[in-house]
Amino acid sequence: MALIESVGITKVYKLGDVEVNALCSVSLTIERGDFIAIMGPSGSGKSTFMNILGCLDTPTTGHYLLEGTDTAQLNRDELAGIRNNKIGFVFQGFNLLPRTSALENVELPLLYNGISAKERRQKAITALKAVGLEGREGHHPTQLSGGQQQRVAIARALVNDAPIILADEPTGNLDTKTSSEIMELFVKLNRESNITIILITHESDIAAYSRRIIKFLDGCIINDEPVRKL
Amino acid sequence: MINIPSTIKISFRALRVNKMRSALTMLGIIIGVGAVIAMLAVGTGASQKISEQISSIGSNLLIVLPGATTAGGVRMGAGTQPTLTMRDAEAILKECPSVLDVAPDLSGVAQIVYGNQNWSTGVRGTTPSVLNVRDWSIDEGKSFTEQDVKSATKVALLGQTVVDNLFGEVTPIGKVIRIKNVPFTVIGILSRKGQSPTGQDQDDTIYIPLTTAQKKLFGTAFPGMVRIIMVKAKSTEGLLDAEKQITGLLRQRHRIGPKQDNDFTVRNLTQMMQAAEQSTKVMTLLLGAIASVSLLVGGIGIMNIMLVSVTERTREIGIRMAVGAKTWDIRLQFIIEAVTLSLIGGIAGIVAGVSGSKVISMIAGWATIVSPLSILLAFSFSGLVGIFFGFYPAYKASLLNPIDALRYE
Repeated sequence: MALIESVGITKVYKLGDVEVNALCSVSLTIERGDFIAIMGPSGSGKSTFMNILGCLDTPTTGHYLLEGTDTAQLNRDELAGIRNNKIGFVFQGFNLLPRTSALENVELPLLYNGISAKERRQKAITALKAVGLEGREGHHPTQLSGGQQQRVAIARALVNDAPIILADEPTGNLDTKTSSEIMELFVKLNRESNITIILITHESDIAAYSRRIIKFLDGCIINDEPVRKL
Repeated sequence: MINIPSTIKISFRALRVNKMRSALTMLGIIIGVGAVIAMLAVGTGASQKISEQISSIGSNLLIVLPGATTAGGVRMGAGTQPTLTMRDAEAILKECPSVLDVAPDLSGVAQIVYGNQNWSTGVRGTTPSVLNVRDWSIDEGKSFTEQDVKSATKVALLGQTVVDNLFGEVTPIGKVIRIKNVPFTVIGILSRKGQSPTGQDQDDTIYIPLTTAQKKLFGTAFPGMVRIIMVKAKSTEGLLDAEKQITGLLRQRHRIGPKQDNDFTVRNLTQMMQAAEQSTKVMTLLLGAIASVSLLVGGIGIMNIMLVSVTERTREIGIRMAVGAKTWDIRLQFIIEAVTLSLIGGIAGIVAGVSGSKVISMIAGWATIVSPLSILLAFSFSGLVGIFFGFYPAYKASLLNPIDALRYE
């Protein structure tokens, strides 16, 4: 069974009286442990597709099977449960809670699945160690650099042992050096922990870290091929 | 699964971040709860005072007064025509089923002398049952008996004011006083009653056997005449029945025809006082209701701030939803914030209300009573205000679309 199976997914937005087709029948399969880069210009539907993969949104028609479960059948709270257990998000703008320590930011997903405070703390410390932020547990986001903030966000995505990380332009706000450090971290997580990583990017040198590149244009997949490693 | 302790922790942190705003929001609740407690305390104090007065004149008390004389077309006012007798009193006790006890009374003002002290006071000739009728007790010594009434013994019970004025430090029991130059032996002292509802000193009195008053002090227009008859009904509910039974009985005994006016009046003191008590209760309710309006306004203040807070924290809500917060996780977070605001405000309001009513007592001189019930009421009401006014903002937050919330700038 494939980890992710998308069967004829469409998404139609209504802007006033005008209907906008953001996705036109997208079908693809993603296997466990894959590392995928989604590319495409603005408005090509890649973010819409990503939101559906992340269970933040549901398709208008078609089916999205995550580990065999059709998410179209799930309600709001069940989708929240899937986001909590199966998916870790990494955003371009980091999206950490302000005035909250790194440790508590990482603990956030665990708050919503009812494990004890002691275990939460233990898991959050382990996750921060995994992204190389040992000793910065008490720092607030404003006291951390952009790269460090993104590492906190990655630790937050890891802390629930989710099999999938969805990263929406994770290096968009970072300089080149920090970008490659973050990408190395993703590669390491993919190889060593067998975490499936799906990331959106504009830049082909970032996409080059992946194993498979999917290109979107006007809501359709126009290209889907493995990366040829030199 | 909702994690209550950490949700509470999150809420507290959010309130700490905006200290000034939280404090001002609480102020609305503090004023509301404080006002409710202080107003109820003023009202309860007033009605407590009235019920104390009711019990001081004697509970379930009816007073039968003789009627008015009409002399050449000039009506002289209630009590000018002596029509009541001891036999009337005995008949009331015997024949009216709603009556518990009666005490006939023949009184007058007289000069009292003891040693070189003298004092002018009301001397009431009555029967021993007066103590039961007026809910009065003997502090020292003993009461006179039916036998004393039968044989017109010259014994007296003194009120506290009389004791203070005639005896000072001397023990009055067994001493001989002179009332209108007639010697009486003091056999008992009445307990202290304080002021009547009309402001008279009820302790400024002397009780002597009825017959002694009739024969030795005041004389009678006809044998067995009494000035008034005090009646104790069996119960408050029975007061009106007793009134009817007495009226019927006395009309019959006095041979009053169907078209003639009564030659006596029955006054229902308890009922009058209860009406007064009722009106203070209404006043209490009214004051409380007005004060609750300020509590309501405080609640709206909470709702207002919570709505602002939800808007400000849209992005935070989006992040929480993205990492798996469910509808009720988000709702509870904001409801707990609102309830925390209102409960802390409620506790501070209780302190403000209790000290406020103390200040009112001090400045205005009113009796105020803070009842535990009003504290409990105000506290739980402020909690409810928090839940009620916190729910809409929380509901609004929980319905946000996570994608839009994450993009919110």
